[in-house]
Amino acid sequence: MSKLIDYTLHLADTALIISHRNSEWCAHGPILEQDIAITNLSLDQLGQARNFYQYAATLINQDNSSTVSEDSLAYLRGEREFKNLLLTELSNGDWAQTVLRQFFFSVYQYLLYEKLQHSNDEQLSAIAAKALKEITYHIKWSGEWVIRLGDGTAESNHRIQKAIEFLWEYTGEFFIAADYELIDVAQLKEPWLKKVKEIFEEATLELPYPVYMHTGGKQSVHTENLGFILAEMQTLQRTYPGLEW
Amino acid sequence: MVNPSTYHQTLPATKETILAILEQVPDPEVPVLSIIDLGIVRDVSLSDDGVEVFVTPTYSGCPATDAINLDIRLKLIEQGFNKVKITQRLSPAWTTDWMSEAGRQKLKEYGIAPPPKLSGANEVECPQCHSSNTKLLSQFGSTACKALYQCNDCKEPFDHFKCH
Ligand SMILES: [Zn+2]
Repeated sequence: MSKLIDYTLHLADTALIISHRNSEWCAHGPILEQDIAITNLSLDQLGQARNFYQYAATLINQDNSSTVSEDSLAYLRGEREFKNLLLTELSNGDWAQTVLRQFFFSVYQYLLYEKLQHSNDEQLSAIAAKALKEITYHIKWSGEWVIRLGDGTAESNHRIQKAIEFLWEYTGEFFIAADYELIDVAQLKEPWLKKVKEIFEEATLELPYPVYMHTGGKQSVHTENLGFILAEMQTLQRTYPGLEW
Repeated sequence: MVNPSTYHQTLPATKETILAILEQVPDPEVPVLSIIDLGIVRDVSLSDDGVEVFVTPTYSGCPATDAINLDIRLKLIEQGFNKVKITQRLSPAWTTDWMSEAGRQKLKEYGIAPPPKLSGANEVECPQCHSSNTKLLSQFGSTACKALYQCNDCKEPFDHFKCH
């Protein structure tokens, strides 16, 4: 049971943190349509996170008759408890870095949920099946941006190249399973690379050489970014416990 | 038969009654549609414990979900069905194919291009001049369920309830 709880929290935290990062663009998007697009993505991801947190709360409360809720799981757990992928917590950087992070993540999330929808666990499978329809739009949107920036001007190409250099070393973690994972993530590496390569070719971009890959997010060992995110996201609930508006 | 003390309504305690009441609950984001038109009410059951309504969300993060649940409860209480339980059903996932024909027609008259059937053609018709010569401006519109289009003939921008 505790493995299933850890896994559900890993999925929930990952969706919540990328949702939070994307939401930081609200009212700062490059143009109105794209501001709306990225906050729509953020909303989808928040919904996915809520579904996973609600399920995790049910499991935890059954297990040891405690009374956690989706809110307490999101707002009252610390940095060393969050199990999100490192990639999701990295700073937004410029628009190129944000859309590329989204693209890397969406392609992975799609492949993962495709497996998860056939899981024996009915709830995980239902959440994944529902989310897949949303992620289809996310891949399309972020992939189109990668192409547009890569095959755009010298400046946009330079920006996305820089983003690739920075983000690439955080993608290795996707495919290294934590002991609680229910899906064999190593299997997803090949189809992930294939899709990335396909879009990169269209974008006149090249896959980077193999580099050192960071890990730790799944084990709650994070970059310095997560502490800042949580400090901002959780401050209200920690200062005024139980506050509602 | 259900225990009469569970209900305080004057209408017959049947599934048909409940569905007719739910027909009066609008989708808060597209109020021209009822939640029945939208196809998110999956089932209704009546027992001694009251009315149970099974609802599926359109999108995982649809912010209207909580408001819809509250509206369902209030509308049923208004009609004397005091004990209401709302259960979220995620599977099978909602699809725009569950939107009723009446719903599609209402959307069109409201100025929103209805979603095409998943199996059908993916032409999007301008709700103003009915031209199919339209273009996608953005896959993401004013709410999670809509995309932004423009008509190449009458030039009018419009919302399209996207296929899902
Ligand atoms: Zn027109």
